Amino acid sequence: MLSPAILVPAVLNGLMTGAVYALISLGLTLIYGVLHIINFAHGALLTAAMFTAFFAYKVLGLDPYLAAVPLTVLFFALGYALQRFVIGPAGHGDDRNILLVTLGLAIVIENALLVAFRGDTRTINLPYAFDVIAVGTAFLAVPRVIAFAVVILVALALWLFMRRTDTGKAIRAVAKEKLGAELSGIDVGHIYAVTFGLGTACVAVAACLLMPTYYVNPTTGNAFVLIAFTIVVLGGMGSVAGALVAGLFVGVVESLSGLYLGESLGQIGIFVMFILVLLFRPSGLFGERV
Amino acid sequence: MSGPYFSRISRRRFLQSTGLGAVAVAGLVGAPVVSRAQAAAVKVGVLHPVSGALSYSGQQGRLGATMAIDDINAAGGIKSLGGAKIEAVLGDAQSTPEGGNAEVEKMNSAEVTAIVGGYASAICLAASQTAARYDLPYIVDVGVVDSIVTRGLKNTFRFGPGFGVIAKTALDSLVNINDQAGKVAKTVVIVHEDSAFGSGLAKLLNAQLPDRGFQVLETIPHPTPTRDFNNVVLQIKAQNPDLVIPANYYNEYVLLARTMQQQRVRPKGVYSVLGGAASSYKFVKEFPEAAQYIMDCNHWFDPKNPKALELKKQVEAKGGFYTYEVYMNYSCVLLLADALERAASADRAKVTAALENSTFAGHVMPYGPTKFVNGQNQGAAPVNTQVLDNDIQVILPAAFASAKAVFPMPPA
Repeated sequence: MLSPAILVPAVLNGLMTGAVYALISLGLTLIYGVLHIINFAHGALLTAAMFTAFFAYKVLGLDPYLAAVPLTVLFFALGYALQRFVIGPAGHGDDRNILLVTLGLAIVIENALLVAFRGDTRTINLPYAFDVIAVGTAFLAVPRVIAFAVVILVALALWLFMRRTDTGKAIRAVAKEKLGAELSGIDVGHIYAVTFGLGTACVAVAACLLMPTYYVNPTTGNAFVLIAFTIVVLGGMGSVAGALVAGLFVGVVESLSGLYLGESLGQIGIFVMFILVLLFRPSGLFGERV
Repeated sequence: MSGPYFSRISRRRFLQSTGLGAVAVAGLVGAPVVSRAQAAAVKVGVLHPVSGALSYSGQQGRLGATMAIDDINAAGGIKSLGGAKIEAVLGDAQSTPEGGNAEVEKMNSAEVTAIVGGYASAICLAASQTAARYDLPYIVDVGVVDSIVTRGLKNTFRFGPGFGVIAKTALDSLVNINDQAGKVAKTVVIVHEDSAFGSGLAKLLNAQLPDRGFQVLETIPHPTPTRDFNNVVLQIKAQNPDLVIPANYYNEYVLLARTMQQQRVRPKGVYSVLGGAASSYKFVKEFPEAAQYIMDCNHWFDPKNPKALELKKQVEAKGGFYTYEVYMNYSCVLLLADALERAASADRAKVTAALENSTFAGHVMPYGPTKFVNGQNQGAAPVNTQVLDNDIQVILPAAFASAKAVFPMPPA
């Protein structure tokens, strides 16, 4: 079992699965870091994005990787509008309300999808879905390698955006000190909506990366969202770099513990790590000390 | 019925109760005028998990049941009841036993004559028990756990086969297929989902495979849902077994088969027992290469029955897939209609008695005439199928076979 023939592919697989986890967590951590709310609708939005990617392929013949571009724009707009016109106004500034609004949104989205598309599982069969790259003894699926590369690029772009642009600086300012930012003339409502839009756009990209190898039905998103919550806490709530590193880490831990403890117990590895980090570094791997 | 109550009655309620003399006032309130006197409709509960985790199967089951009801009504209803139509009272078990129970209560209040459905074993167990309290006949459509029919409930009838019969048939057929191929397969890896269904099956296989000359190299459990099967496939690759036996639900089954294809893992055969996707037209259509040569032991329609083939055409014309939920529910409703016909009554006790004595043969399954012993249809049995050239063929039993098994799989 310890032979490199199994160990190396398992670690590589873990990294590639972890990359997609990381991307989903990036959206979540961004929204948490700025708006200080847990977005329960994240999983449902992922499912919605996957359905959009599915129909973009089925109806328009758009390859999921190409669809990622319009989908990012579309979901950014959707996220912006959701925060601006639904979550913000309905929350009345109370965190508990916002929590319940996002939970309600999740239920509405999921059931709307169920009514519209039924419980049917849908997949797309792409010609390159079964292509592999041989790395030593490991066969790496091409779509997963692409996903890995795209996630790294997106994370890098997001990091640069936050560091270098005015909007990025405004987002960080709001995250750090909302009142101060407001007094300096930053439109907090707008920044909130932009952040929510960015978080939702991350989910759209993740959906396009998942579609070539995964399936979609109205509850698919939930399979990813619990793990994303774990990653967000593990990486340090609100930290972009933390989410990326923690995502990759969780992917590898899940893969290895799945291999050695069995898939049913594989999740234990993640949560043991999670508890250990909370015990010894409560602010997360990259979080600021509290 | 007091005045205020009558004024609050909903339109739907009103339409449902046309049989109760509402015809008389139909002209006054503008409800559809019933042109001729008609026998009161017989209400039948159609219970499936149409939302939640099992929603796809539940929706397929509902489709089969309602298609049967439409066919019966179009053919003149229940003749011994003066052409009474069957009226479906639809229920959603929400993929939980509690949900199933709640629907049975509602259906009982709606005065249904019998209930058909349930789908999952857990739902069937709970719902039939609740129905028993009201002496309400309950026909189990799928639920394979054997305790469904061993509790001594007089109201519960299972038309399809149970776990014990399925497992025995599966092992007999496996030995048969392997012997014919010159005993090429000796080693097995079992991949199963970790709830009652998959674990139960894995335990049974682990106990019985060694006696039949197979060595189980490894048993790999996984949860539902599992997001990634690369690890499982790596383990299969390391063990290099002759046979892989998967026992899991549709999504995981498809992911496993796709990952095996991707990782170039090609055992001598893939043989499933109640495989989630192994005999699904959907899987074959969407992933023909991953599905090719996969064998299954599962519920299947009688491929030589013209009615079964006609039904297949109808379902496919609607853009649906002809899955076992459809034809099993279709058959169960026909079975009930036959009992109603013979009972010549919508009385629950009389229908139960008629079901007990059923010899119904007009269904679409390869079971022969129905014969219930303690609620279990004795002729019910699964068949063996194999995916061959983008279609699903029956390979065993010989009486229903439409093709010969291709085993071992030819190399890619």
